[in-house]
Amino acid sequence: MKAAVIIFPGSNRDVDVIDALTAVSGREPALVWHRDTELPDADLIVLPGGFSYGDYLRSGAMAARSPILRTVSARAEAGAAVLGICNGFQILTEAGLLPGVLMANRDLKFVCRDIHLKVEHADTSFTRRYDTGQVIRVPVAHHDGNYFSDPETLARIEGEGQVAFRYCTPEGDIDDAVNPNGSINGIAGVYNEARNVLGLMPHPEDHIDPSQSCSDGRALFESLVEELA
Amino acid sequence: MSNAITSDAAITPEMIAEHGLSDAEYRQAQEILDRDPNITELGIFSVMWSEHCSYKSSKKWLKTLPTTAPWVICGPGENAGVVDIGDGQAAIFKMESHNHPSFIEPYQGAATGVGGILRDVFTMGARPIANLNCLRFGDPEHAKTRHLVGGVVAGIGGYGNCIGVPTVGGECTFHESYNGNILVNAMTVGIADADRIFYSTAAGVGNPVVYVGSKTGRDGIHGATMASAEFDDAAEEKRPTVQVGDPFTEKLLLEACLELMATDAIIAIQDMGAAGLTSSAFEMAGKGGMGVDLDLDHVPQRETGMTPYEIMLSESQERMLMVLKQGHEDEARQIFEKWELDFAIVGRLTDSGRMVVRMNGAVAADLPIAPLANASPEYDRPWTAAAMPEDISPDDVPAPEDCGLDSLTAALGKLLGSPDLASKRWIWDQYDHLVMGRTLQRPGGDAAVVRIPGSQKALALTADCTPRYCAVHPKTGGAQAVAETWRNLSAVGARPLAITDCMNFGSPEKPEIMGQFVECIEGMREACLTLDFPVVSGNVSFYNETNGAAIQPTPAIGAVGVIDDIDTMATIGLKAEGNSLILVGETHGHLGASLYLREIAGRSDGSAPPIDLAAERRNGDFVRQQITEGRAASCHDVSDGGLLVAVAEMALASATSGSDMLGALLHFDDDLPLHATAFGEDQGRYVLEVTPSEAEDLLASAIAKDIPACRIGRCGDNALTINGAETISLAILKRAHEGWLPSYMAG
Repeated sequence: MKAAVIIFPGSNRDVDVIDALTAVSGREPALVWHRDTELPDADLIVLPGGFSYGDYLRSGAMAARSPILRTVSARAEAGAAVLGICNGFQILTEAGLLPGVLMANRDLKFVCRDIHLKVEHADTSFTRRYDTGQVIRVPVAHHDGNYFSDPETLARIEGEGQVAFRYCTPEGDIDDAVNPNGSINGIAGVYNEARNVLGLMPHPEDHIDPSQSCSDGRALFESLVEELA
Repeated sequence: MSNAITSDAAITPEMIAEHGLSDAEYRQAQEILDRDPNITELGIFSVMWSEHCSYKSSKKWLKTLPTTAPWVICGPGENAGVVDIGDGQAAIFKMESHNHPSFIEPYQGAATGVGGILRDVFTMGARPIANLNCLRFGDPEHAKTRHLVGGVVAGIGGYGNCIGVPTVGGECTFHESYNGNILVNAMTVGIADADRIFYSTAAGVGNPVVYVGSKTGRDGIHGATMASAEFDDAAEEKRPTVQVGDPFTEKLLLEACLELMATDAIIAIQDMGAAGLTSSAFEMAGKGGMGVDLDLDHVPQRETGMTPYEIMLSESQERMLMVLKQGHEDEARQIFEKWELDFAIVGRLTDSGRMVVRMNGAVAADLPIAPLANASPEYDRPWTAAAMPEDISPDDVPAPEDCGLDSLTAALGKLLGSPDLASKRWIWDQYDHLVMGRTLQRPGGDAAVVRIPGSQKALALTADCTPRYCAVHPKTGGAQAVAETWRNLSAVGARPLAITDCMNFGSPEKPEIMGQFVECIEGMREACLTLDFPVVSGNVSFYNETNGAAIQPTPAIGAVGVIDDIDTMATIGLKAEGNSLILVGETHGHLGASLYLREIAGRSDGSAPPIDLAAERRNGDFVRQQITEGRAASCHDVSDGGLLVAVAEMALASATSGSDMLGALLHFDDDLPLHATAFGEDQGRYVLEVTPSEAEDLLASAIAKDIPACRIGRCGDNALTINGAETISLAILKRAHEGWLPSYMAG
């Protein structure tokens, strides 16, 4: 699998996802600077976590208007797999590649901790190595992860199976008490309609190896390698 | 261009006093110049000779600390200390205080504290891989405490999370002596190739002096002077002297500097921290015996109409000063332009030995460098030894039942839910402790562990101090702070390498405070020597006083160790039912100055637990060997709160969800009062979890090496049971332990 990771000024989980991609695919991803307008030949385009442009205007808002995003957008429309993690998810919603918005966490505080996620569908390029309904443990680390959308959009993405992951208890129950940020319907990640673009707030790239206390995130990258190799 | 010194106004005694210079220091300045300084020069003398920058009261004593070992590459005197961690790599680290600004403006004060220490580390060529912090707040009941905790934690998180360096550990305690002077001590650890370390010694006449990073504004003027004076009730009027941090710019500065450091362009580099452009220029030139011609017209400025005085003393953040090799200017400029940062050649090195500052065609200051940078005043301040408190016997400390509690386990619950021992999860949940993906042990254990990329090795990191010991017995307290960090590292199986010290005290002009400093250093010195644990960097923060009341002496110690194989490191959580629990080290039931005494008996008398450094070393070396040989299923050092608290912490860390937690059945001897065995804070002790068969081997090996070790029970149930009689469920303990801080902050 050939992957490209877009680096914005302020990206900081680029290292994590580069390490994860390299470990799982055996191949280092290409790095693309935000001012570039061309993308290399790539099966997967990754927008990493961080604070692009300091997130000073609104999380992801400035990065969504950077030159490279027009190219990413065109590739996504042409069917390339695009993965946005945390700030990358915020950028994809700001760019209109994914529905909904990410608001400040319900308690207005940054939250970094392990959470449990329920895999909603195991039939996408990103999740084929999971089982539908499987519960995985991965960390979150964000201040603005509170997913929201208007009722029509919500009904549509729920109806079309575009919800990728939901926050849940270790037993798999969707319970607001374990929702770390107040996201509507416990939504932690969503697909576009064609399901070739995924955005999620949690960090599967930080749970790749048992030494990180858990490797539940690895199967997401293994799914991509299997699908795209 | 005129070479006459601009002298706008005559210097009055009031101006000298406002600049924090004594009459004698001002006379020394006049002698150095052979004339009166102008206002810019007065400002420069003021910051260069401030306690914060000059260490004038502490130098004499700091020199007594051991600073060398075969693995020390660079000790104190540079931006940070450097130790060899093998395989051609080095760890670079330092801890620094940002106390005064954090009390005045907690978010920005704490944030810029993190920004400053990060710069100290990446200035030397290291990529920062972890942050830690030691926080001391006032009495939780004090009106300002909640606001300060919230602001400081948000500020540390706001900066570290954005720049993308994990905040992996530290400590946070409360005491009324910090009501008017909180402590925010921030530590950064970085990694570099051992042959690619950058220093701050300027060299090469004609080489360009280059300014990079943010523009200079009027913020933070006289921060270093503020940090060198006591507070009174009007402290908050000093808010304008607190700088404002911009972690996004710092992230760009970090990446740009590391990119430039991969080339061959840099001769010397120094961050602009306390005392800004003045301090960085004087230090670099002073170390190299050079002169500097500075042209302030070229300094990137955020505001119009700034005077030379303001530009030289501004503490605007996210700035660096470098000396480049001539001919490499364009190469360097391109890198900083790529990262959209200012880059300006603001001066040249000369052989004059003088700092000549020009602006608007006039000479704004002309000062000899050596007397300011290298020959600042040094004081041997009078000091008095601390009065030794009478110690108390375990038999004189009332049992829980005599303190209005039902049982020993009720006392345990109360202790685990007391402010100092309560879980600090509410804090570390707000710190990104996982970014970079290399955090192998997260906050809450004895030491954080961060993997070294591409290897089986890791660094173990901790920061610690027990001020209540330092308050009653400074020498023991100083030794204990060093020993506890050494123990924390040993408890995860790391080889302790070196420490950084962040010395927080009251006014050195008071003999009893100076005495605390001197005796803490003496204790630290002995511990460093016995444990082979040198000091490689540090910082002194005096004048932590408000209205004449000083903080408890707080020599915070940050420590770094190396784990050669991450597969053999030990973690704190209990692992398997039926495993044996072994206590290493001697138990005497010392309750003087203990948390039990304070929280349960409501007293704070007695002395600190004595510390036998030779035993400390033997016990720690033994425990580390058990861990590296793969025998320890879990391990925890015994510190605040004593043995029962230590076992409870191991049980509470055994699983994340309540129903899966693993408890212990403990058997304590009856040769001491039960509460003294349970809560005594004797030093040099560890609890190890091993399989029953390995327990035999371990105890035999301990006997052979003359190490005190005994079985204290086994893992089992989801409760703690003592001597088959008293029992308490882990769910109840967890509620007490996890509940206090969130409910306090919500209050």
